[in-house]
This record gives sequence, C-alpha cells and structure tokens, in this order.
Amino acid sequence: MGTAAVSAAALLPSAALAQQFPTAKVNTTGLAVTDTEVTVGILHSVTGTMAISETGSVQAEKLAIEQINASGGVLGRKIKFIQEDGASDWPTFAEKAKKLLVNDKVASVMGCWTSASRKAVLPVFEQYNGMLYYPTFYEGLEQSKNVIYTGQEATQQIIAGLDWVAKEKGAKTFYLLGSDYIWPRTSNKIARKHIENFLKTKVVGEEYFPLGHTQFNSVINKIKLTKPDVIYAIIVGGSNVAFYKQLKAAGVDLNKQTLLTISVTEDEIDGIGGENIAGAYACMKYFQSLDNPNNKQFVGAFKKMWGEKTVIGDVTQAAYLGPWLWKLTVEKAGSFDIDKIAAASPGVEFKEAPEGYVKVHENHHLWSKTRVGRAKTNGQYDLIFETADLVEPDPFPKGYQ
Amino acid sequence: MFGGFTLEELGSIFAMQAFSGLILFSVFLLMALGLAIIFGQMGVINMAHGEFMILGAYMTYLTSNVFEQYVPLLFSAYFFVAMAIAFVVSGALGLAVEWLLIRRLYARPLDTLLATWGLSLIMQQAFRSIFGAREVGVQLPNWMMGSLPVTDTIDVQINGLFVMGLTLVITGIVALLLFRSRWGLQVRAVVTNRTMSGAVGIDTRRVDRLTFGLGCGIAGVAGSAFTMIGSTGPTAGQLYIVDTFLVVVFGGAQSLLGTIASALTISQSQSTLEFFLSGSMAKVLTLLIVIGLLMLRPQGLFVLKVRR
Repeated sequence: MGTAAVSAAALLPSAALAQQFPTAKVNTTGLAVTDTEVTVGILHSVTGTMAISETGSVQAEKLAIEQINASGGVLGRKIKFIQEDGASDWPTFAEKAKKLLVNDKVASVMGCWTSASRKAVLPVFEQYNGMLYYPTFYEGLEQSKNVIYTGQEATQQIIAGLDWVAKEKGAKTFYLLGSDYIWPRTSNKIARKHIENFLKTKVVGEEYFPLGHTQFNSVINKIKLTKPDVIYAIIVGGSNVAFYKQLKAAGVDLNKQTLLTISVTEDEIDGIGGENIAGAYACMKYFQSLDNPNNKQFVGAFKKMWGEKTVIGDVTQAAYLGPWLWKLTVEKAGSFDIDKIAAASPGVEFKEAPEGYVKVHENHHLWSKTRVGRAKTNGQYDLIFETADLVEPDPFPKGYQ
Repeated sequence: MFGGFTLEELGSIFAMQAFSGLILFSVFLLMALGLAIIFGQMGVINMAHGEFMILGAYMTYLTSNVFEQYVPLLFSAYFFVAMAIAFVVSGALGLAVEWLLIRRLYARPLDTLLATWGLSLIMQQAFRSIFGAREVGVQLPNWMMGSLPVTDTIDVQINGLFVMGLTLVITGIVALLLFRSRWGLQVRAVVTNRTMSGAVGIDTRRVDRLTFGLGCGIAGVAGSAFTMIGSTGPTAGQLYIVDTFLVVVFGGAQSLLGTIASALTISQSQSTLEFFLSGSMAKVLTLLIVIGLLMLRPQGLFVLKVRR
C-alpha cells in the first residue's frame, strides 16, 4: 500500500496532489500544514559537548528534507523546517520540544541523540501528542506511540555482535568497558547476561569511567594482566580519543588483540585518528563503506551538500531515515494527523535506505541487519560480517533484565 | 582484592601502576602550573585556562599538517616546533587578553571570574567556527608511539616518558624564573604585598602582564603535549579544567611546591584506587579525600605567609 501511494504520487504534479488532499482533510488537529507547505522541527544540540556528535544528524536530516522537496514534497507540500538547539542540556531539550509542538505546531520532529535528552522530551511528546524520529542506537527498554526509533536497540546490536565474536574468534573471556551513564551500563548488563548465560563464557572485568575521562593507563594495565580474548569497549565521545591513543601507546596491537566496540563510528575515528584504531571491530548497522547503489547515491549527495571531507557514521544514516520514513507514513495514512501516523507506522517500508531495505515494527523500532566492520587506517570500516536477515527489534528482551 | 594474582604479578602491577601514577602526575602538573602561577600572583581565576590549552593543541594540529604537506622529511621532529608555536601563540593571546580585559578588573576578583568564563565561551565558539565542531585527529610521529618492554609484564610507554620529561623541564624553567630571575623576585614581592611592592618602584602592572602571558603560554605547551593522549575539539578544554582547579585549590594556590605536592597526592591516590576499584569509584574517592583534607586545611596543603 505504502509503495503504491508513493508511485501514484510521483506521477502527479505536486499542486494537483495537494488539491487531491485538501488541507482541511489531511490536517484535522491544527498542525502547521497549509496548501503548499508543511513545517517540521529539527531538535539537536549544535552547541555544547554533544554538538560534535549531533552535527552529522542535523546535516543528514537537512539533506533528506531537501531531497524530499526536490521530488515533490509530502502530499504535494514542501517541507519547511524550524531548527532548535537543545544545547546539550536536557531541560533545554524539553523546553524546545514544547516550543516546537505548542507554538510552532510542527507536524513531526527529527531529533535528540543521548538517552538523557530523549527521556527529557518524551513526556512532552506524549502530553502534546507530537511525533519524534529518534536516530541513535540506544539501550532499549522503551516504547512510545509518539516516537519512531530509527537506530538499533540494544539486542539488535549487542547480541548479534557477541555471537559473531564468540563464533569467529573463539572468544572465551571478555573485558567490558564503558562511560558511566545509562546507555553503556544497560548495554553492558545485556552483554554480560548474554556472555554468561547464553554463550557460557566469562567476563573478567567490567569498568566505567566518568564522561570526558582522559586517563586510561590503569585499566590498560589491568587489561594487559587479565589478557581477555575480547576488549568490549563502549566509551563515548572525546574519551575515545584518549582511550585508543593510550591503548596504542601501551603497545596493545589491535591486529592481535580483538577489540569490539558499539560506540565508535566514522565520526569518532576522525578525532581518534585511523592509525590508532585500525584493526578494531565495530558492531552497528551502517558503515559509510557499504557497497550498494542506495548508499553510493546517499554518500555522494551528502558529500556534495556538506563537503568532500565529511564522514558519515551509523547515527547520521539513521537520522537520514527520519524524514523519509515520516513522508512515507504520511502518504500511507493520507493524513498529517499524529494519531493516524502512529497507527500507520507499523509496516512502513523504505526500500531506498542507504543501509538497505528497512521496515517499521509494531513496537515502532526498525527491522535492520546487524553488521560488523573492521577499522582501517584511512578511518573507514571494512564490512566483514552481516546477518543474513533483518533482526527483529525487541526493546524489552526476556531474560536480559 | 589481591586474589588471583601471583606475587610476581602483584609486583609488576605496582610497578606499572606507579608508572601510570607518574604519568598522571605529570599531566596534572602541566595542566595546573599555568593556572597556579596566574592565580597565585594575581588572584585571577582564569576560567579560560582549558581553552588556552586547546589553543595549543590546535596549533600542534596545524603544525603537523603543515609539516606533513610541505616538509614530510622532518615530520618526526615537528612536535618540538609545534610546542614552541603553541607557547608563543597562547602566550601572545594571554598578553593581549590581559591588556584588553583583565587589567581593567584587578580590583574586582569575582568579575575576572565572569570575564574569563565569557572569554572561554568566546574561544570555544571561535574554535568551532574555525576548525569545525568535530574533534580533529593530530597525527603523531612514529617514534612517540609504542612502549619499551622492561620485563615480560612491565612496559614503559614512550609518550608517557616524553610527558614526564617535558613536565620536568617546564617545572625547572618556572622554578628558575621564579627564584633566580629579576621577574621572579618581583613576582614574589608582589604576592607578598602588592601595595608596598608598587611603592618601592616595581611596575606591578608589567609583572602581572608577564605572569598572565607566561601562564597562558605554559597552558599552550600543556595542550600541545596532550594531543598525544587526549582529544582535540572545541570543548575539550572543559574535560581538563575540573582536575586542574582541584590540583590548584588543593595545593594552596600560591606556591610552586604546593602545586607539585598536590598533583602528586591526587594522581597517586587516583591511580592506585583505579586499579583496585573501578574508574568512577576512584574519582569519587579521590574527590572525597581532597574534600576531607580541605576541611582540615581550608587554605590548601601549602600556604605562603602573606602580609595584607
């Protein structure tokens, strides 16, 4: 149904399409939709500590919006966006979300990165009935009719990755490392359960460091002493730069010592330096180097818009899916109304996604493949494994809590 | 706590932890030196200290790029040039800031706090506009990476040794300047009694400006050194600043010896605790120790007798 509507829409000039869907009919709840325009919100941090990460998301969302507009818009209407800055501050995120929903009446919002910011805006979206497209891989344990999660939840990323490393590398012992906040702790809890109860192997160390920590010499000493088969590192942000530089300086050779991460994308490697992380494995759903026509087109368009030197990480791609999934859902529902979009979302398919075919699950997460890449000195990942099928999202996994 | 390790392993644990502690000590001391000089001599709390460090780091990044592009043959030596450039640029900016901003606020210490905080925000935004929001990767010459094996289980990191050596040299130079130069004599006089120093003909304004410039220059060199171990991004300075303040306040702010002793105490307790507890716990306990000691000695570890 979704695709049929899209191809019908593509044949009609957008003005005719807009007439076919009169505003009064497709917008019964007073959203910012006119006969020619529809307004959406972009809500990310462009200042503060998260700006480094969220810049890519903003760029991807703007690219998607531009492409959608160039191909005729949504139900014949051009997308206009209002961008707000969450400033890496969770109360600010909530305040700006309220402003977008109440004052600007936006038809949907693409935004947030950290779980903390998502948790802060969630009650706002539920109270004022908005729709949020959230792009980051995250710890799961959440589901809302007002959110579409376009990144992976924990089981899609962690379990498939651990299975792969256990099988391919014969790994028996794991050292878990992370930054000290909700996402790494919850993710490692799932990882530990999987390692101990399902793989029947051992965790020889688990440790957390404050955000922004820059001294990893002690833990590197411990790693050298306990000699784990796998270092499982989910440190976030700038700390990564310190960690990988010190690891290399301490003589840990990632070509001999297996390291698996779920938090270092091509974006982070820019700061770490490819030569410091080459040989490490990353488990996520997207790498810039994915070899398929959709992705080639996407990477080309992204670089054309934002510069040859930009890199595209997992979350950037997931952010790019947001506006497209929203457009497809609106066209499937034949309406901009939030309730109708929420109801129409399950089953929406996006075949042209750079990561390949994706589909929205009833729990508002995406079916997606899990992939493992190996870091190269040029800052890109070589794809070395992908699941044969799409992995079903399961935000509330049994036996892992 | 010691379970599972043989005696030999425990021996190398302590050796390696002691070495990690020494690296941490050098890092703390490098970070805190500039801040301590400025605070000790002028009573100005420089909230932009972290940004001066990052300025040094960005200078290193630029230098490495220039060397890579134009004189790749000399790449292995670029780091020394980079440190000199970092010192000069950060120091020059420090002098300019002192002249434009700080000297107008000497009578109002709280205002200098606000003004330098504003300055730090301006500098962060400037970095973001010039270098982009993302971290930049500073490439290191090969000889700085890797480690020297001492025994089977003990390795000595080359860049750790480098930072330690650098810290030694800079601390030595600062000590020489403070205790053997005319400027140092004037600084010590001004710290002891600013009004009287002025009355006997010391140009306190000039002493202040030089001190501020020197403090900022040292921050730049520290930042340059930190590209080996840390990240270089517009807000990375914030990562260092809390530890830096901790060292300075704990040390007593006005003496070189205090800063050294405080950096040593904090780094060794943190490094030891980190091995036997987790990273976050070590930080919490270190903070608690510092707070506890500060309750006993609010003025810090070492204090100069100052006439007011």
